[in-house]
Parts: sequence; structure tokens; C-alpha cells
Amino acid sequence: MNRTIISIVIAISLSACSSLGVEPWEKDQLARADMALDSEKLDLALDDHIYFSKEGSSGGRSLAGGGCGCN
Amino acid sequence: MQLKNRPKISTALAIASCSLLGHSAQVQAGEEALDDWKVDAAIMYYGEEDRVQAVEAIGNVQKAFGDESLLDMKLVVDSLTGASASGAVAQAETQTFTRPSGDGQYQTAPGETPLDDTFHDTRVQASANWAEILSPVWKTNVGVNGSKEFDYFSLGLNAGVERSFNKDNTTLVLSGAYTLDNVDPVGGRPVALSSMVLRGDYDTEEEYRAAFDQTRMEGSEDKKTMDMMLSVTQVLSRRWLFQANYGLSSVSGYMTDPYKILSQVDDTGTTQGYLYENRPDSRLKHSFYMMTKGALDAGVVDFSYRYTTDDWDLNSHTLETHYRYYFSGRFYGQVHLRYYQQQAANFYRPFLMTGEPLPEYASADYRIGDMTSYTLGLKFGQRLSGGHEMSYRLEYYQQNPENNGFDLVGQLQDHDLFPEVKAIIAQVSYSF
Repeated sequence: MNRTIISIVIAISLSACSSLGVEPWEKDQLARADMALDSEKLDLALDDHIYFSKEGSSGGRSLAGGGCGCN
Repeated sequence: MQLKNRPKISTALAIASCSLLGHSAQVQAGEEALDDWKVDAAIMYYGEEDRVQAVEAIGNVQKAFGDESLLDMKLVVDSLTGASASGAVAQAETQTFTRPSGDGQYQTAPGETPLDDTFHDTRVQASANWAEILSPVWKTNVGVNGSKEFDYFSLGLNAGVERSFNKDNTTLVLSGAYTLDNVDPVGGRPVALSSMVLRGDYDTEEEYRAAFDQTRMEGSEDKKTMDMMLSVTQVLSRRWLFQANYGLSSVSGYMTDPYKILSQVDDTGTTQGYLYENRPDSRLKHSFYMMTKGALDAGVVDFSYRYTTDDWDLNSHTLETHYRYYFSGRFYGQVHLRYYQQQAANFYRPFLMTGEPLPEYASADYRIGDMTSYTLGLKFGQRLSGGHEMSYRLEYYQQNPENNGFDLVGQLQDHDLFPEVKAIIAQVSYSF
């Protein structure tokens, strides 16, 4: 049952996506370097490390991974 | 330089689509030269009031090979010193603790939160990632990363595949990672919930050392992490895009913090002893993340919300925003706000009571207790000639740990068992 609902939701979401968006020649603003999802990748990496070390949850924006035993 | 290797229209479109997948460097490369290097470097200071101080240097190098391949390499070196909360509660009396190595002791003054001041470490982390455009709609990447600190070693592999639809307005990304960590704590791993032995309770060094060794296990221990993430990025309009991620993370192995302890108190709230903490050896985590980002006439803004939950019952909500304003074509200011709230793991307890049966798992580490935290940040950036950029960031981070419903007995009511932690983050970055 749950799987059916999830499939329907995904299908609706994807079909909704197809009506969203812009033509390739309308992407001037979106192609700006400051609009990239990782435009401040070092800040994001440093922030992730701080919050990973100081809080009980992590990840979400990108893969959390392991690799730190820090306090 | 750019005239030598002017990209074709198809290449330019492919590159433009990549920027929507999150690779700004390729746009940069398109603007300059396809075979150019891009270097980002930063040095950050993180300092808590009376506690941990850290300096972290990070360098990232990107090299494009033609218009279809990108190598990304990162090196991080950080150094930590200072004290961190041991998990023990404040008392009206001076408290004495054995150092994790078993060599020597440290004391905490009456009324003070016990901090383990032996904490210092240097960490080196390196990663490399290879991204490849397979076709106008398919893209893939593989990566490896490793990190080493004195008592910790980590090695990870990751891979992802991206598919764009709907004239590049919709992008689906599926990625996975496997990480193997190895922990080899100073002084060995404590036996779960064993009592801390104190030198003063023994006549000779040999007797003390024999008793200390009884609380320790030989050898190192592993932790394995498997991550999976499904991400959808959707262009909403000429200026706005939206991203939604679902992340699943399964961790198994040693997750106990070998340096954290719990106080065992009697009915008057007076400490009778200290026990080494013990956490479950598996954890299944889910994360849901939504972000929208908009290109404004004179700036950029993003808003995000993250919900995480796991089988330790540690749930969290995070709200975050960045707003950048360009004062001129070369100079910008940026505000960063973040609010975080978490609900304690089900085995978190600020202390244990004598006379009560010991739980299987227990930790007094405030970082997995009830807590809210917030961050206020300011950043200024300056574009220099030749595409170079310099930026400065200053942030204030405060954690407010809270009691998740435990009755404070006796003298515990007289002390602040959930002290705030205040930190400053300062960073200078340079890109070219």
C-alpha cells in the first residue's frame, strides 16, 4: 500500500516537474557562478565539519560519510 | 587565453547544465579556458570560550580535462587543542579524574563543569573526485577520501550518477558512499560502563595500573558507514531553483566516545564514582533536506530546512539561510543565519543514580542530549583582478543544551548542568 502511494507521489512529482522550468536560453541567471549549489564549497565543508563535531545529527545537504573522531 | 580554446555551443550548453548540478568550476572554466586550474583555499579559526580551539586549513584544486572530465582534489589539515566536557556533572567539591591514558590526573574546581583538558589532535584529510559527462543527460562521478588523526583513521569511497530531464530543468542524482573508520583510543578502549579508577585509592603504582588495565580493552575497533542519497534539483523559473534530498545512512561498529564518562550520584546529588559511557553499535539515520535558491538583481539568497531522525530517537530540525548583496560588481556582503534543534538520543542521561540498575547504554555527552543552537554570520567578499576572489567570514555559534526531563536531586540543583557553549568562527578564503 505504502509503496503504491510513494510511487504515485513520485510519478505526480515528476510529471509536475515537466511543466516547470525554462528554455535553455533563459538560464542566464541560473548559470551565474554564485547560483551553483556548491558556490561556497569550502564554507560549506568547514561548516559541515563544525556541526558534525558539535551536534548529534549530520548530513542532509550531501553525503555525510564518516571520517572524524573529533569532539 | 580564452580565445585559444573557444567552446562550441553544445559544449557551452553542457557546461551550463553542469552548473545546475552544482559544479560552478565548470562554468568558470568555460569563461576562462577549459584546461584551466581552479584553486580555492581557506584558513579557519574556531574558538570556544574556555574550551576547544581549532585551526583548520583547507585547499581545493580542480582541473578540467577537456570539456567532459573534471578532477577535484581537497586537502584539509586541522589542529585542535583545549578542553571538552567529559560528561561528568559539576559538584560542590573539587573533583579528581584519571586522564584517558591512565597517566596522571586532572581536577575540576567546585561548581565548575568538568572538562577534560588533555584534548589535542592534528588531523589530515585528503580526497579526490573524478566527474565525467557521459552524454548530454548522463553524468557520473567517483571519489575516494581518507583522514588520519592520532587515534582515528578513516577511508571512504563514493560514487554517484546524475540524469537530467526536461531540457535540463530537472536533475536526479543517486549517490552512495562506504566509509571504514578505525578507532584506537589513547589508553585503550574503556570497558563499557566500567568505573574510573583513581590513583589515590591504591597504595602502589603497580596496583593502580593493574586496576586501570581492568577497565580497558586491547586493540582498535572499526566503524562502517554506508550512505545513500537521492537528490532532485528542479528549475522553478529564470531565477529560482529547488532541491530536495533524501539521505539514508547505516552505521555499524564502535560509536562510543572513549573519552566520555557519566557521574554516578547518590540521593543527595553527590558523586560516588564515574563510569565510562557506552553507545549502541548500530545506527540507522534518515535525513530530509529541502533548499531553494534565488538569483536576485543584486544578490543571491537561499533558504533550507533539514529534518533528521534515527533509531537512537535523536531527531533534529535545522533552518538555514544565506543572503548575499552586491554593493558593487566587485564587493559583496553576506548574512548567514542558522537555527538547530535536536531531541536527545534515547540512552542520553546527564548522570546515573547509585542503587538503580545500570542501563545497557548510557551517555552524558551533551551533544546527543536535548539542545538548540544558533549561528549568526557575516561575510565580505572582494573580487580582484584576474578572476581572483578574497573573502572574510566571522560567525558566532552558540549551543544551549537542555535537560530532557531528568529530576535533579540534591546539590545538582545548585549547579548549571547544562551550560551554554559559545564559539567564534573566523575565516579567510582566497580563490584563483
